[in-house]
Amino acid sequence: MSSAQTARVRDLREWVIEALLKLAAFSSIAITVGIIAVLVMETVQFFGEVSMWEFLTGREWTPLFSQKKFGVLPLFAGTALTSLIAMAVAAPLGLMSAVYLSEYTGRNVRNTIKPALEILAAVPTVVYGYFALQLVTPALQRFIPGLSGFNALSPGIVMGIMILPIISSLSEDALQAVPASLREGSYALGASRWQMVFSVAIPAAFSGIVSAFLLGVARAVGETMIVAIAAGLQPRLTFNPLVPIETVTSYIVQVSMGDTPTGSLEYKTIFAVGMSLFLVTFILNASGAWMRERFHEVYE
Amino acid sequence: MNDFALQDHEPWWVRYGVVIDRMVGCAGLLSILLGLLVLAILAGQALIRGWPRLTWVFLTSFPSRMAAQAGILSAWVGTAWVIVLCTLMAVPLGIMAAIYLQEYSGRRRLARLLEINIANLAGVPSIVYGLLGLGLFVRTLALGRSVLAGAATLALLILPIVILATREALKAVPGSLREGSYALGATRWQTVWHQVLPVAFPGVLTGVILAISRAVGETAPLIMIGALTYVAFLPQSLRDPFTVLPIQIFNWVSRPQQAFAANAAAGVVVLLFITLLMNALAIWLRQKYQQRT
Repeated sequence: MSSAQTARVRDLREWVIEALLKLAAFSSIAITVGIIAVLVMETVQFFGEVSMWEFLTGREWTPLFSQKKFGVLPLFAGTALTSLIAMAVAAPLGLMSAVYLSEYTGRNVRNTIKPALEILAAVPTVVYGYFALQLVTPALQRFIPGLSGFNALSPGIVMGIMILPIISSLSEDALQAVPASLREGSYALGASRWQMVFSVAIPAAFSGIVSAFLLGVARAVGETMIVAIAAGLQPRLTFNPLVPIETVTSYIVQVSMGDTPTGSLEYKTIFAVGMSLFLVTFILNASGAWMRERFHEVYE
Repeated sequence: MNDFALQDHEPWWVRYGVVIDRMVGCAGLLSILLGLLVLAILAGQALIRGWPRLTWVFLTSFPSRMAAQAGILSAWVGTAWVIVLCTLMAVPLGIMAAIYLQEYSGRRRLARLLEINIANLAGVPSIVYGLLGLGLFVRTLALGRSVLAGAATLALLILPIVILATREALKAVPGSLREGSYALGATRWQTVWHQVLPVAFPGVLTGVILAISRAVGETAPLIMIGALTYVAFLPQSLRDPFTVLPIQIFNWVSRPQQAFAANAAAGVVVLLFITLLMNALAIWLRQKYQQRT
């Protein structure tokens, strides 16, 4: 084979490989298109039978009963309640642990503690669900006599533990990105370390911390198994954390566990509900990412 | 002398500055320890509760209506099937996509679009992937409630994670290595294959292990595509119905009888053991790799 031929073979091989790699990269676009297509198709059919107004403003959700009502508010109330409880746990704990890791300890301690904290995020959610139902709820019932066996409080708290490492690690990144000169300036004006943290470091890292919180909320909103196991499956428009509720995600699980015939209106509800879930998490994630970009622009 | 005089006039937050500082530090440390304590209690409780059930028979029996005779054979065999298939589908595709994005595409607008898209996909709740699997694999492609549909759904779920992790590993490879290779006349693919990938390998492996451990623990998407909760047989082909370990645990947790809760605890121990082992391996690899560079 002449060298010109070898070169041609080589060029062809390079071209084929690049084309294959490109194809692989575009598979991610295909997934997005697939998700949107599946959700939109079924959702459109659903809204052919149920008015969007009823769906968005109705206060009762009973698609599996003979008296069907399609108001999604009770499900979103359940999701909002459990996510709020989760954030009430994870936001202070996550921020404080980020402050500790970033400002109060050296690199060696950080390198040992961080992986340990990350393991919390790796625990399967069904395990957290078991934990909420079998351990946290009975423990809470000792202090709160009125607490029902299924409730929003216990899965909310456990979900907070689950998203703690996400919030902690992203907030720490934000704090680390604050330039040393700001810290030094604060010290030069006579601030002590805690004053520097609360009046300089945290405000300077604010958009990064807010971004961490938004991404944490998105995770809590999309979380399924913990609430499906421990929150009960009763859609209820309430902000009482002591009674059984149902979230958007646990409703989807409930329907797919039962023997709902495919193509029925009940079956289409999970896609309509899934579509609204997808939109909510998308908005949360996108605004989180936007905040993050913004703070990167300021200091880099 | 002067210092003391000054301090008397200072407000309380300056006078007790050292104490407050220490309290803030303690609060931070306690926040971290609380998280780890929860993990320890969880693992400890499951271990104590499930210990009597953790026998060889538990691992080699099918589920049963009698809690004491039930086991996780069909569950862990199902998990093994699904995970092997899912890895075969997602890992090569993910690594290829990452190579394109990091080594080929440059900074064009299209690459930016792909990047944003992948970051967004990584944030989509797993249950939405379940809806995609249900609509696409189970119904449109008529794969039914099969091992193949389950593995494909999980493959889509972990694909963005594999891509992001691989890109990070490729990014960490120094540019001088690539330039040296080009200078010796190597083509782009030769550079990637012979220089970049071997150096990035530990990082890629870490990401892949973490992604697989995520797939092992996923429950919701597989419930969506109709993995069964009671399976008293082993899948023989890709088209057979199946169950997985997390779904078996979910099934036992949902039952009111306490005897099944012990089974669930034993299942939790097995599942935790697998996922924590994979994570420990990934962390160990990462630490070792970081020290080398």
